[in-house]
Amino acid sequence: MVYRGPYKVRAEEKDIPAIEHPNDAIVRVALAAICGSDLHLYHGMMPDTRVGMTFGHEFVGVVEDVGPDVRNLERGDRVMVPFNIFCGTCWYCARGLYSNCHNVNPNATAVGGIYGYSNTTGGYDGGQAEYVRVPFADVGPSVIPDWMDDEDAVLLTDALATGYFGAQLGDIVEGDVVVVFGAGPVGLYAAKSAWLMGAGRVIVIDHLEYRLAKARTFAHAETYNFTEYDDIVVHLKKITDHLGADVAIDAVGAEADGNLIQHVTSAKLKLQGGSPVALNWAIDSVRKGATISVMGAYGPIFSAVKFGDAFNKGLTLRMNQCPVKRQWPRLFEHVRNGYLKPSDIVTHRIPLEHIAEGYHIFSAKLDGCIKPLIVASSS
Amino acid sequence: MTYTSKRPPLTESSDQLRARIPGWGADLDPKDRPSVPKLRWQEDRTGAHWEFPERQPERGRRERSIEHKFLTPVFGTSCPPRGLSGVLRRLSYRKYSEGRAAHWLLLLAADRVDAWEHHARSFLTLRPDNPITETGVLSEFSRHGVSSRLGKKRADVKHQMLDPVIVAGPWVAVGGLVFGTVRKVLRRSDAPGPRGARRRRSS
Repeated sequence: MVYRGPYKVRAEEKDIPAIEHPNDAIVRVALAAICGSDLHLYHGMMPDTRVGMTFGHEFVGVVEDVGPDVRNLERGDRVMVPFNIFCGTCWYCARGLYSNCHNVNPNATAVGGIYGYSNTTGGYDGGQAEYVRVPFADVGPSVIPDWMDDEDAVLLTDALATGYFGAQLGDIVEGDVVVVFGAGPVGLYAAKSAWLMGAGRVIVIDHLEYRLAKARTFAHAETYNFTEYDDIVVHLKKITDHLGADVAIDAVGAEADGNLIQHVTSAKLKLQGGSPVALNWAIDSVRKGATISVMGAYGPIFSAVKFGDAFNKGLTLRMNQCPVKRQWPRLFEHVRNGYLKPSDIVTHRIPLEHIAEGYHIFSAKLDGCIKPLIVASSS
Repeated sequence: MTYTSKRPPLTESSDQLRARIPGWGADLDPKDRPSVPKLRWQEDRTGAHWEFPERQPERGRRERSIEHKFLTPVFGTSCPPRGLSGVLRRLSYRKYSEGRAAHWLLLLAADRVDAWEHHARSFLTLRPDNPITETGVLSEFSRHGVSSRLGKKRADVKHQMLDPVIVAGPWVAVGGLVFGTVRKVLRRSDAPGPRGARRRRSS
């Protein structure tokens, strides 16, 4: 997959990536996914997204080659690779903030390294390809357990880990009312994870009926379509006895569809970094003293966030890119116990050579698409 | 009731939720949550066997944020800067920190220049850019483009109307410009020499 400019991608032959550092590995991709945050790149929202880059930060595959310093992986290992590229020993990694690694992204200090996510996150090609370079092979990837299939594993590399992390950042206590904005993959997983943490009520907000239906069946959530209400914030107040939710999770990010003016000024005219409608709804719909967990992706350009409301309400805003590998041991237990079945949300499996259709279907929300996987031609 | 100290009641008790939802409360204790507390010393270094990683060789001058002390030991090598977009990108990295809007706006401008540099260059190859195939827009016909939107109360439909204009507009404009230029050149070559009068078709 190669980016050709806003809204344009195509399958193209590129050189097989080479070992560039002694701790690199080359992975032959078996399965990748398109993530909702890839759409920010696809729409031209993320600064320093260069034509020719290969996207894709959710992928699993088989180790094809290893650098001379790699000790923990061997050729032929079936591996899952977290979306974060991280060194394991910088100030941040040593304390578990793998997504904030300081040794992998020369382009910016404000974000770590991510596969296939513009030069702003380090300029690494991603996994929507047949082969991908995996830096710090001894640190990031894990061998996929025998009992786990590729489709579950690929969803653990970002979407499920991020949703689960988002629920943790909500600091949920038993009986909390949790509202999740966005019923995409991360929102669905966040809603499901909120129950694991003891939520008393989980509400999911979206505008796509098919995704809300999934939120009801997959995440056991109470759902509301915001287009049916004059003001979704008032509705949320009404159904929580005018208190508001205890916790809100923004699983939408910078391209929310709730407000045409914000969408046009940001997504279309690039006058601001995004249309943070979901985040503003979250700020307005929680009770005072509540916690908001932000999992939706936001870029480096300023956005019109209602900070004054957050301040006056005494809110706690928590956010980060998910440090994926830190979540895995516990998530493996949950998957094995049957509490989470990641691949239940997969709707489309698209061959790599049809990548342009895959992006369009996902971006335009056609055909009931919730989560598209990309099947590499070599697999 | 919000206006008193009492918490609004829930419709289901914890026991009922535990019975209904697989895994309910499995992570009730924050100690079972992997990212609690936020900063947790990682004794195992997740497999790293260095204090500071070996440095990746730098081939060519790699741009970097001026907020970094030095080039990070590992970095991506996808799409080195080149052309006018490369000049803009290097300028942005050299001159402005990440805290400056100019840094990001210059990078966004470079992205647009980059796209058009590549579009133009693609027409000198055997595989020119094709906005029809590269946007995947034909899947509108094979993947229920109309029924996915019609009567679905979707909030994004109103702005999706703008997408074809945003995507196709510049192509139409450039196509028109090329067509106009070619026509002008042809007319000029059709015109008589400097001393002759304009040729007229005889009826």
